[in-house]
Amino acid sequence: MENMAYLQMQEISKSFGGTQALREVNFSATLGEVHAIVGENGAGKSTLMNILAGALLPDTGETLIAGKMVKLDTPHQAFNLGIRTVYQEFSLIPHLTVTENILLGQMPASKMKWWVDWAGAYRRAEEIFQELNFTDINVRTPVSHLSVSHQQMVEIAKALAQKPSILVLDEPSAVLSAKELDRLFALMQKLKREATLILYISHRLDEVFKVADRITVLRDGELVGTVNTPETDQRQLIKMMVGRTVDEIYPHRHTQPGEIILTVKELRREGAFTDISFSLARGEILGLFGLVGSGRTEVARSIFSAEPPTAGEIRLAGEVIRSKSPYAALNAGIALLTEDRKQDGLVMSCSIRDNAGLATMPQVSRWGFLNRRQQDTQVQSKVEELHIRPAKIPIGQLVRTLSGGNQQKVVLAKWLLSQAKVLILDEPTRGVDVGAKVDIYHIINDMAARGVGILFISSELPEILGMSDRILVMREGRLVGEFNRTQASEEKLLACAAGVAE
Amino acid sequence: MKIGKDLRRRWADYGFMLAFIVLILIASSAANVFFTQRNFSNVSSQIVANGLISLGMLIVILTGGIDLSVGPVVALTGIMAAGFQEHIYLPLAVMGALLVGLLAGVINGFLVARLKLQPFIATLATMSMYRGAVYVYSEIPITPSNPAFRAHLGGAFFGPIPVLVIIMLICYPLAWVFLNRTTFGRATVAIGGNEKAVRLAGINVAGHITLAYIICSFFASIAGILVASRIGYAQPSVGAGYELDAIAAVVIGGGILGGGGGSVVGTLGGVLLLGLINNLLNLFNVQSYYQQIFKGLIIVIAVLARRKQQ
Repeated sequence: MENMAYLQMQEISKSFGGTQALREVNFSATLGEVHAIVGENGAGKSTLMNILAGALLPDTGETLIAGKMVKLDTPHQAFNLGIRTVYQEFSLIPHLTVTENILLGQMPASKMKWWVDWAGAYRRAEEIFQELNFTDINVRTPVSHLSVSHQQMVEIAKALAQKPSILVLDEPSAVLSAKELDRLFALMQKLKREATLILYISHRLDEVFKVADRITVLRDGELVGTVNTPETDQRQLIKMMVGRTVDEIYPHRHTQPGEIILTVKELRREGAFTDISFSLARGEILGLFGLVGSGRTEVARSIFSAEPPTAGEIRLAGEVIRSKSPYAALNAGIALLTEDRKQDGLVMSCSIRDNAGLATMPQVSRWGFLNRRQQDTQVQSKVEELHIRPAKIPIGQLVRTLSGGNQQKVVLAKWLLSQAKVLILDEPTRGVDVGAKVDIYHIINDMAARGVGILFISSELPEILGMSDRILVMREGRLVGEFNRTQASEEKLLACAAGVAE
Repeated sequence: MKIGKDLRRRWADYGFMLAFIVLILIASSAANVFFTQRNFSNVSSQIVANGLISLGMLIVILTGGIDLSVGPVVALTGIMAAGFQEHIYLPLAVMGALLVGLLAGVINGFLVARLKLQPFIATLATMSMYRGAVYVYSEIPITPSNPAFRAHLGGAFFGPIPVLVIIMLICYPLAWVFLNRTTFGRATVAIGGNEKAVRLAGINVAGHITLAYIICSFFASIAGILVASRIGYAQPSVGAGYELDAIAAVVIGGGILGGGGGSVVGTLGGVLLLGLINNLLNLFNVQSYYQQIFKGLIIVIAVLARRKQQ
């Protein structure tokens, strides 16, 4: 870090309509460092990175690379300057092969110009993967045949195909398993040694502490500060992010679980999980932990009949449920908040009202006719309870216009309105900032206090430890452990989930 | 300030209204037959068929689908109503024809919702089947012997207004209420936005999609009977290209193929705009081939204006 700043972004401001997304931000970073950028949703991280990628023009301010002012008016100019961005949303073309995706626009041609040199292309792609140590991806398969985490690796390989000088990784860990994440971190170390500047955007502070040399915090469009990782801790960082200390992230709770409400016996679905048995009591929050691919999401979806199980028994309040569709499961009293809000949770083209009220229309209608006043009152009360911002937001507004955290709250509102006896929450705080997380934790606790049985799935250890009364651990489609709140620790859960003896 | 904001957000809508007024002004100043009651009832009768079919098309498009088979359904129900009335009491004949139309919708819905065929492919297939069925029933036009077939529907007036216009004007508010105030309608709109999310909200998606195709066929059936009764006889060849006019009206009115956009009011605007322009070009004796060129241009301009708005 002795060398001069390679990238300097000076006095960058940007506003959208009336809101100031960035305010005179001065950001700099050097080659050969991993520089993390953290902040709550809407703090301006993505805006800043989009300006760097040439996807957005700043209102004021300039960017210098190696001390020289550069023009970043189009993504193409950024590309030519060696800036590559790996976005959260994939830019891969599903039905083309891995090779074509990586070499898009630069496929090698044979001597006769207009034929593609396929052998050469595959060779080149394999070389790239070998260098990155991602050897388990077959470069001839169409991208659509790959798992999401492998697609993420292809996306990264695509960015690295021609040695960029600046690599921006926007939440790369969201879809990666622990093993793949380790490989990504190893790769980042290698790139660092080769003097690449890596800008790492993440919500997960533990990750940031693991990989970053320096951390820059943004809040409400302003740069709060840049700190050297060894000289700070999570508490300080959270304070910088939210502008206040969050002493009590996980609220205290004194509930006595009541009688058993949900019993799952020897549940199995071919190729996903087997021999799952557990029970859940009224008012209990039962954590379900496992690494990506452990089968926890699949179990949740099976209990809700989104993909019905092939064998086993589900009892709700003692009665066997034989539902074959989410429609039947919801009628029986089971609700599921899905992990992927864009794919499975929200109708982006519809309003807050339509989305929040989607699962509960029968409650507020007669003969199929909606009582709009009643629906509005219900939705409005949840919007307020969940602090969906800005305050007094009209519920006719399209959810597409909301920030990620507020969108997640709309999904939550949908299921809070349902009078389900069992609520399955699959990653309920994914992509949500710290302040909103605390709101959501309080709401979940309220639900439990009202006697709802809650199955709480999360891949964030502090969260699952802070919220659950009991924790089940899954590995490779099986239940491999059960812990009480008092016995559990991060180390124990992780060791159990990864199959490592302590 | 607020008005300014509203104007910016909805300038495409105001643009359409302005286009209407300009067109009507041009029409009334240039062709003095335009403001006659005769022309008025002519235009309105002409747009009734497209008006009804577009409503059904809107509902299907809102689910993310499309229905190419509406043209043959128009022909099928018209010719069956005309044929049936030779054998049975006229209202029963009309009901019978409507039932056949409903059946066509059930088949479309089954193919799309249960067998999971792509809507374009499924209705392309049934489009061919239903057209074949029309000719199997009758290769030649059928002229009903019962004068009531024309007198009580297509030729009837309520005061100065043709009865078929009234039928269409009743259907529009009904469709609005259906889409905005019923659980079925709200779910239908949501399906086009994100089918998966709607299924996981515990809603019977296949049932809703099936119903959308049934409603679409039903509107086409009403149109079929009205068209036949307005001309006074049923032609087996009628309805060619009707699906395209209906899709055009929905899209001009802000509809998005693939779902996620479209409204009853916008669709009515699209229907009226297309109808008005057809009428004007007719009054000015413009060759019908030019009319087709015009129609295409309007679709392109309308869609571009909408996109700019977003």
